[in-house]
Amino acid sequence: MATAFSAPKLAAQPFNTISPTSQHKPLISPTAASPFLGSTRKLLRLSSSSQLNLRRRSSGSVFAVSDIVKEKKSTSIPSLLITKEEGLELYEDMVLGRAFEDMCAQMYYRGKMFGFVHLYNGQEAISTGFIKLLKQQDSVVSTYRDHVHALSKGVPARAVMSELFGKTTGCCRGQGGSMHMFSSEHNLIGGFAFIGEGIPVATGAAFSSKYRREVLKEADCDHVTLAFFGDGTCNNGQFFECLNMAALWKLPIVFVVENNLWAIGMSHLRATSDPQIYKKGPAFGMPGVHVDGMDVLKVREVAKEAIARARRGEGPTLVECETYRFRGHSLADPDELRDPTEKAHYAARDPITALKKYLIENNLSGEAELKAIDKKIDELLEDAVEFADESPLPPRSQLLENVFADPKGFGIGPDGRYRCEDPKFTEGTAHV
Amino acid sequence: MATGFHGVGAAVAALSSSPSNSFDSKKLLCSPRRSFPVRKGASFVADRSDGSVNLDLNPKARRAQQLIVNAVANKADSSPASSSSKPGHELLLFEALREGLEEEMDRDPRVCVMGEDVGHYGGSYKVTRGLAEKFGDLRVLDTPIAENSFTGMGIGAAMTGLRPVVEGMNMGFLLLAFNQISNNCGMLHYTSGGQFTIPIVIRGPGGVGRQLGAEHSQRLESYFQSIPGIQMVACSTPYNAKGLMKAAIRSENPVILFEHVLLYNLKERIPDEDYICNLEEAEMVRPGEHVTILTYSRMRYHVMQAAKTLVNKGYDPEVIDIRSLKPFDLHTIGNSVKKTHRVLIVEECMRTGGIGASLTAAITENFHDYLDTPIMCLSSQDVPTPYAGTLEEWTVVQPAQIVTAVEQLCK
Repeated sequence: MATAFSAPKLAAQPFNTISPTSQHKPLISPTAASPFLGSTRKLLRLSSSSQLNLRRRSSGSVFAVSDIVKEKKSTSIPSLLITKEEGLELYEDMVLGRAFEDMCAQMYYRGKMFGFVHLYNGQEAISTGFIKLLKQQDSVVSTYRDHVHALSKGVPARAVMSELFGKTTGCCRGQGGSMHMFSSEHNLIGGFAFIGEGIPVATGAAFSSKYRREVLKEADCDHVTLAFFGDGTCNNGQFFECLNMAALWKLPIVFVVENNLWAIGMSHLRATSDPQIYKKGPAFGMPGVHVDGMDVLKVREVAKEAIARARRGEGPTLVECETYRFRGHSLADPDELRDPTEKAHYAARDPITALKKYLIENNLSGEAELKAIDKKIDELLEDAVEFADESPLPPRSQLLENVFADPKGFGIGPDGRYRCEDPKFTEGTAHV
Repeated sequence: MATGFHGVGAAVAALSSSPSNSFDSKKLLCSPRRSFPVRKGASFVADRSDGSVNLDLNPKARRAQQLIVNAVANKADSSPASSSSKPGHELLLFEALREGLEEEMDRDPRVCVMGEDVGHYGGSYKVTRGLAEKFGDLRVLDTPIAENSFTGMGIGAAMTGLRPVVEGMNMGFLLLAFNQISNNCGMLHYTSGGQFTIPIVIRGPGGVGRQLGAEHSQRLESYFQSIPGIQMVACSTPYNAKGLMKAAIRSENPVILFEHVLLYNLKERIPDEDYICNLEEAEMVRPGEHVTILTYSRMRYHVMQAAKTLVNKGYDPEVIDIRSLKPFDLHTIGNSVKKTHRVLIVEECMRTGGIGASLTAAITENFHDYLDTPIMCLSSQDVPTPYAGTLEEWTVVQPAQIVTAVEQLCK
């Protein structure tokens, strides 16, 4: 049988993700003004023609997003990046993410949830910007900072809150917790506690999609997988191994780096020899894009192109989103190492405030409407907390369920019967 | 074997008197165990894993089903007369694995293979030879050398509807995949609250070979055994290799199938019809009365060689190939312990924390009252496997040690 794919011939595919002027910038701290902050790079679409051809965005090339916005503003007929409906959807999703995380912090300090809880405050633009473009059948793979990815993907706030409270009505029946949000209905494939270990799983999900299309002949299967992970993960072997495999087999995946500059207390610059992560994409044969992760519209523009590329079967993209987490690494982190000026710098770029400003300035919405959304979200969360509070804790009988999909895996006991048939098994008191 | 047993649906396997081996490990598509009631207190009734019921064998009948075996891989049986008269077909163990894999891939298009050199190269031990030509490069995927990531990829594919078979070129390489195997393969069904199943099979050759050096001679079953949520099986004959491969692929649970580097060229006649071997059951290799010898994989052959010597000395060992390393088949094992009251475990794992250690604990916990003497466990030495042939030989358990151990147990 013919080979389904062969190794890409890199020579025929020109990449240029670095504009010549900033190619050899020295390492500088992120708090100083530098091209790294808020800068974007031109991305050339991989095409069969070997000519370097900067075409207009409408033909599908991805340009530096700030250029697009500038372009649009300079034309005589102002055209906006989003419609009103889209704008309100984005706003609501980000507010939901922010309010949910704030509620989590409250609940944690009230003793309703325990363990390691990692909050997403400040990074909402990435989750909203990417995930709101997906279909239900597309998959999202996240890390331990996964509450907001779950919410953006459509998992009800009630289910997520219950899971955090450890109740049996949680999305994982209380068995996963903060770091393991899963939803088969919404194709949220985790929630992983160790960094990097979700990336191969995401690669597998993308492989499934390709397999369905090419082997099982499900012609309309163009499901895309998004893998979210941080800057610390980009020094991990699994990241590089998966970049290689995804590019090699042109898997429909987008690798989204949420570079918030800190891995607990380790600054990205202290941990990484070349801190410009997006440059590592072309090394493996895929485009690498850098985008301002505090601006949901810019993220959305880049996401559209990357997702469309994957859907077309052209392979993976590495998107580095420069962002910041307003809180500590987790609720247990005192967050003493980060410079207050750095925090202030990013607080001024709060994505929700920015979108609100954009909506109002461009007459897409008004204060009242946005306040109404805020209120609606508050009520939703009150309801979610109430639901979680009133939900039952998992009973003892749940202990041994779900260890195996086929509980015969517990084996045959001394009496000749399968252990899972032992009544103590369903009570959760059997000793397996 | 045929003379001593009359069982419902038990396969009849003729015994070959030539040095090449055929074993009474036959079992057709398994009937549910529970249809054969276990009678408590009646020590002469043994519920056999092959579905037949043994009623008080007399010594003559027992000797008739004695097996003549050799320790490890043999040359092929070259006598055409004996081959053509029996049903089934003869093949080598690696071919049996391939046959099982191919049949499952024919049966279910979601079954796919991933690993290093499984495609164009046909597998480092030829288990996947010819499959890439037949099924294509995507179904028999040649991966780069990235065990952790391609195992994780297999897990992600399994969660999204495929049924991958991941090959570790040597089981030792899967140490690099420990993160994925422990955290994701074993745990995700549970942490997702049952939402995602992971019907993956992870297989590969392991064990001590012929002077392969320390790192290529590892026994990973001892490292993986604590991982909750996985099953482990070890094949030892072409019959159970094919059966276990098929059962593992059909299972909804993640299964790790341990093969042994030195057993790939074993030859056996196996049935033509479709069959699987139950993943959770142990295999009765040689019924006996005096001592229960529990073993698996290559050590089975050392045990059977020692059994020859033991029989000549007048002992009657019962040999069980436990096959299921996790979970243990405590029923078959227990029945045997209740009969013989003496247990010897012979394994290739190291002494510390090996399968034998767990098995000793499990038997002591469950069948302590039935033991006349403490359990003896023969394991490999706790040393990195040396390269030198003599040293390597002394690292693993040899038949002479097994004989001595039985003699000691039966004193």
